[in-house]
Amino acid sequence: MSDAGPGRPLAHWQHRLAERGIDRQLWLLVPALVFVIALFLYPFFYGLTLSFQPTKGGPLSDYARFFSDSYERGTIWITLRIALPAALLNVLAAVPIAYRMRGRFRGKRLVTTLLVVPITLGTVLTAQGLLNFLGPTGWFNRTLLATNLVDEPVRLTHNYWGVFFSLVITGFPFAFLLVLSYLSGIDPTLERAAATLGADWRRRFTRVTLPLLMPGLATTFCLTFVLAFSVFPSAVLVGNPAGETRVISLAAYQAAYEQYDYPYASAIAMIMGFVELVIIAVVLAARSRFYTGSTGGKG
Amino acid sequence: MSAFSQLRLDGVSRRFGGQAALTELDLTIEAGEFIALLGPSGCGKSTALNCLAGLLPLTAGSIWQDERRIDTLPPERRGFGMVFQSYALFPHLTVRANIAFGLRMRRLPKEETRRRTEEAVRLVRLEDHVDKLPGQLSGGQQQRVAIARAVVFEPSLVLMDEPLSNLDAKLRLEMRTEIRRLHQSLGLTTVYVTHDQEEALSLADRLVVLREGRVQQIGSPRELHTRPANWHVADFMGYRNLWRGRVGQVDGDRATVEPSGHRLLGEVVGSLRPGVDAVVAVRPEDIRVDGPAETRNAMSATVEVVEYQGRELAAEARTDTGLLVHLRTEHRIAPGDEIKLAIDPQRLLVYPADASAQTDRLADAAGATR
Amino acid sequence: MATTTQAPPARPPATTTDRRRRIAARPAAWIVWGVVIFFFVNLLGVVASVLVSSFGKRWFDTWLPDGYTTSWYARAWDEFALLQVITVTLEVSVLVVGLSLLIGVPAAYALARRSFPGKRLIFLVFLLPILMPPITYGIPLATVLYKFGLAGHMSGVVLANLVPSVPFVILTMTPFIEQIDPRIESAARMCGAGLRTVFLRILTPLLVPGILAAAILVLVRTVGMFELTFLTAGPDSQTLVVALYYSMSASGIRAQQSVDAMAVIYTSMMLVLLVVALRYVNPTQLVARVKDEPEH
Repeated sequence: MSDAGPGRPLAHWQHRLAERGIDRQLWLLVPALVFVIALFLYPFFYGLTLSFQPTKGGPLSDYARFFSDSYERGTIWITLRIALPAALLNVLAAVPIAYRMRGRFRGKRLVTTLLVVPITLGTVLTAQGLLNFLGPTGWFNRTLLATNLVDEPVRLTHNYWGVFFSLVITGFPFAFLLVLSYLSGIDPTLERAAATLGADWRRRFTRVTLPLLMPGLATTFCLTFVLAFSVFPSAVLVGNPAGETRVISLAAYQAAYEQYDYPYASAIAMIMGFVELVIIAVVLAARSRFYTGSTGGKG
Repeated sequence: MSAFSQLRLDGVSRRFGGQAALTELDLTIEAGEFIALLGPSGCGKSTALNCLAGLLPLTAGSIWQDERRIDTLPPERRGFGMVFQSYALFPHLTVRANIAFGLRMRRLPKEETRRRTEEAVRLVRLEDHVDKLPGQLSGGQQQRVAIARAVVFEPSLVLMDEPLSNLDAKLRLEMRTEIRRLHQSLGLTTVYVTHDQEEALSLADRLVVLREGRVQQIGSPRELHTRPANWHVADFMGYRNLWRGRVGQVDGDRATVEPSGHRLLGEVVGSLRPGVDAVVAVRPEDIRVDGPAETRNAMSATVEVVEYQGRELAAEARTDTGLLVHLRTEHRIAPGDEIKLAIDPQRLLVYPADASAQTDRLADAAGATR
Repeated sequence: MATTTQAPPARPPATTTDRRRRIAARPAAWIVWGVVIFFFVNLLGVVASVLVSSFGKRWFDTWLPDGYTTSWYARAWDEFALLQVITVTLEVSVLVVGLSLLIGVPAAYALARRSFPGKRLIFLVFLLPILMPPITYGIPLATVLYKFGLAGHMSGVVLANLVPSVPFVILTMTPFIEQIDPRIESAARMCGAGLRTVFLRILTPLLVPGILAAAILVLVRTVGMFELTFLTAGPDSQTLVVALYYSMSASGIRAQQSVDAMAVIYTSMMLVLLVVALRYVNPTQLVARVKDEPEH
């Protein structure tokens, strides 16, 4: 604007605002902004301030209360002990299977469609099915007994394993579909190029495909972990909610809806969010060390 | 929309970030004119067109339609028609609906909309395709739809942004004639952006040559062709031989320049003093090969590369002092041939050299001098 | 896949490399397919055991029930007031879909097309509700909604479900908007169309596939959303999943089979939605939008 010489009319103020990207079209953002402020940011900060205003004691006493009580503090460990292995298993199992299925083959759509079913059904229904299927008189134990693999039914429900299986059943297809779409986003001619340069399949995978896939795997792990970390219905239904599967979301729920102690419940929710974001931040930091640009495929 | 008698761009400037894309464009467009904005990519010609259309805000300056300031109006209220390089047809509407769109926006009576749409369809000869979707048409047909859509509501000004650059060579020639015919028969006022000097010369009444966001020259096709205002414009207008050299004598509008030890006489464009650096510009077709014995501007050279181009050959030759010469000839020459060259002094233009003449394509000619 | 590569001439003939590769690939392929089949068999067992149980007269410690009946469905229908629950579920879902589209599509347009100060920050804020577990923000949200008297009935359920739905609409719509050439909008404006007309006559028809995809995805997610509905619903505003959860956690009071019958009703509802959904989107889209990473 400084180069508008003497006697030159300055640009109209509308132009000068538009120059900075501000014009009438930005009104389109307003409803969504109002929404996100009113229903997400405000409640979040309300919860945050509430957590510093406990019903008794100083501002930090609810946090102190959580961390000083080993029964409460232990919920963090319990949640991580379920969520981390489940998310890791889901992602690691998804890689070879997706690698094998990334090409076109008959029935691919059927397989992916079947995999969406457990995600769509959700944890509540999966829990109900697992109670029937894995229970002491369910088909799974019956098969084990009939084939003489075990002498008495294996206890797989109302404990750690029930919750773990429910997370695998809903989480694995989720991880698989994500990994599959990341894989098909890598241009297959890259591997062929590596082959013409003399790389065998092992080195093609470890030197070309895997490095390009790593950022996708990190993202997949994060999303799978978020799902597993917020495990709630299955922890109650197929787990042992008073003992080994008393996850942190359950502790928060009980504080809010059984003790009606909202400040304490908010404090637990904040701790929960913090722990989760720390894990995600670590994974994303590791992710940023890989190449994250275009992978040349159709993805 | 009201027609105008004059459209005036007054110091129109546009920056992107810190980068000046267009600097102080002053231009007056008379009703009925065909104006071409010409320049290499990134010269600001499309920026100028988008500012005129209202699709880009101005950083400085103003646009006036007679006595009315229009640069604050949104594009839909300026009443201009526009043809886009990518055609930008509405993919979900038929050819007929695409063409009628502008009339519908103006809420014309149904009967008139229908009549004028039919007229426009006939004008661009798409009668057989009115019910098709744009995706079912060829590139040339899509371009016709785009043109019909832009002219059907009789806009006071039609803007065309490289409309032919996505077509193949043959179709480009046909559509060029078509566009000129429409301009004349409908009495349109047209601003046409292109990077193709041949297209601009053949279509426009007046050309505006831009370089790095600044106007270099405004003039008729003949003026641009025979007398570019500076060596950059000459470069762009097809003067492929640009040689840097020191000015010997200046005599009125004639001067001698000495690139690579040759002594060349030519017409001065601009002002020159003896002893300063100058740039000599010659078109390849103005270099005579093995003509009648000629003493002025004669050089001998060795042919290096020959390209077959139909009736003519395009060749690169190097003179005995190392000057690279682009030429065109009907003589049959081959690499390694020794040839005699001559240039009519009237066809040899001499320009003052500026700072940027140190670099670019002049570098190798200049290097040979030292 | 691997066999498409040609062995260079200096190597042994292609047939031997092929054979060797196939033998090497075999155990890996068997393991992979074995794992997949094992997964599907168990998945089938999970779903089928619910289905069989819901039709069984009595089922204790045997492979299959003693006899079959449909009476559990009638009982479940009455016991759990399923008509009302399903009505609520549909009402909530339709409201959430409609509102999230109205809020999300314009925002997605502005975010996809424009650059303006603070755009990255706004994008991140829109993304957060998807990155956080619902319980984390659900509990403070429910607290706020109860404070303003909005929770405990349907408006609270709808508002809570909008929180992840609007960002989801934005993420789903962004690539659909980006693939429309902005010059088509410019062309419409040059033809004399104002902003509103460009939206209604040009963008909306072109965005129909994206809007359908977003709508069906939000629908599936809302019907299946447990946590947020659970935290904000009152007795009259439970959706089917929440009602199912309550009936399960109160098991012992009600017959196992009628809970199973309800679960089957829920399952079939979800499967119908899934079949409809897959007409418009591919399975991966139901999970997440991979392409729309916030960072790049």
